[in-house]
Amino acid sequence: MELKDFIENFANQFDDTDASEITATTVFHDLEEWSSLTALSVIGMVDEEYDITLKGADINDAVTVEDLFNTVKAKA
Amino acid sequence: MALMNFSGVGISALSAAIPKKVINNYEYTAFFDKEQVRQVVDKIGIYERRFADENTCSSDLCYAAAEKLLADNNVDRSEIDLLVFISQTPDYRMPATSVILQERLGLPKSTIAFDITLGCSAFIYGMSVVFSMMSTGCLRKALILDGETRSKVYSPKDRRTAFLFGDGGVAALVENSDKFGASHFSLNSDGSLEDLIKIKAGGYRYPSSFESVKESIVDEYGNIRSDEQGYMNGADVFNFVIVEIPKDIKKLLSQTNTDVSALDYYVFHQANNFINSYLIKKLKLDKDKIPSTIAKYGNTSSVSVPLTIVDRLKGNMDGNKRLLLSAFGVGMTWATAIVPFHDLRISDIVEV
Repeated sequence: MELKDFIENFANQFDDTDASEITATTVFHDLEEWSSLTALSVIGMVDEEYDITLKGADINDAVTVEDLFNTVKAKA
Repeated sequence: MALMNFSGVGISALSAAIPKKVINNYEYTAFFDKEQVRQVVDKIGIYERRFADENTCSSDLCYAAAEKLLADNNVDRSEIDLLVFISQTPDYRMPATSVILQERLGLPKSTIAFDITLGCSAFIYGMSVVFSMMSTGCLRKALILDGETRSKVYSPKDRRTAFLFGDGGVAALVENSDKFGASHFSLNSDGSLEDLIKIKAGGYRYPSSFESVKESIVDEYGNIRSDEQGYMNGADVFNFVIVEIPKDIKKLLSQTNTDVSALDYYVFHQANNFINSYLIKKLKLDKDKIPSTIAKYGNTSSVSVPLTIVDRLKGNMDGNKRLLLSAFGVGMTWATAIVPFHDLRISDIVEV
C-alpha cells in the first residue's frame, strides 16, 4: 500500500478540487468541497481499492490525508 | 441461521398511492443555497419526491391503494381474514392503525389486524409474517398495507436527510395457490447499530417535552434539528450496507442453490443512488434487471421495494417470475428474499 497511490485515489473523490491541491499534509476537513458526502465517496474508495471498512469516526479522527492513509494501513 | 421457506403462497396483486404534491429537489432551497443543493441532489440522484400534506397520513395513502386494489381485482371484502399494516409513521401511538383500516375498508370483525413497525426492511419482514400465517391454510386472503410519510420525520434544516425522503403507500393481496413456487427469506438484525438512524424523543425512554421539540441540536456542518426529528449517520450506514447486504444476498443465493441470472428482476430498497449504484457495482449484477424509482420518489422507507415493482414492472409480470428483493435500514435490520409471482396484477398508481 503506497501513500502516493492513496493520495491519488483520495483526490479522485473530489469533483471541483484540483488534485494538485491534495498532498500528504492536506488538512482535508478544511477543504472547501469537503462534506459528509465526500466522506461517503472516500469510504467507497477504501472499500473498493483496499477492501477495508473505514468508519465515520476514523475519518473524523484523521487530520491529514497521511493520517487517514495510516488508519487504512493499520487495518490492512 | 434464520432462513425461512414457503411454497404455495404469494402476492397476487399490488397497488400503490402517492401524494399529488411533487417536490423538485433542485428547488428545495429554503434553507440551503442553490449550488450546495445541486451538489447534494446530483450525488444522491433524487430529483423528485412526493410529500403528503398535513392532513394526509400513511394510512390514507394505504387506504387509497387498498380501495384501488380491492376494486380492480373484484375482491370480496368478507374474504379478507388478515390485515397487516406496516409503518413507522402510524396515525397514533394507540390504537394500532391496522384496526382503524379494518373499519375504513369495510372488512369483517373476524379480520385479524395488527401493525408491524420496523423500518426500511419491513415489507420483506411483513411478507414472511403473512406468508407464515397464510401457510396454516386457515385463512382465505390477506392484505399487506405498507405506508410511510417520512417527509414528516426529518428536519428540512439537516442536509444529511433533508433531500432523501418521500411518501407513499402500497397494498398487496396475498393468496394461497399452487401456482406459487418456493419463496425464501433471510431476515437479520443488529441492535448494536441502533444509534445510526434514530428519532430519540417521543417514545417512553425520552418522552416528548418542551425541550424535545426545540431545534437545539446543531452539528459541525451547521445542520439543525430537534430530538423529535430523525437523524442519520450516513457514513456508517453506508459502511453497514456495503458489508452486510452483499454477504446476505450471496448467502441466500448459495443456500437455495439459486443462479442469480435465473431470476427475472432484482429489486432493492431505494435508499439513494449513491448507495444503490455502489451496491449494484459491488454485486456485479445486470443493471437491466434492476428497476429504480430513486430519481422520482426518493427514499420511501419500507414502501420503496413494492412501490418500485408497481411503478416499473407493470406490464412485465405476466406468467411466472422470480424476483430477488433486498432491503436494509434503521435498527439496523436487513432482509433478502427470493419470491415467485404468477401473473401479478398491478394497478395504476393512485394520486391522493
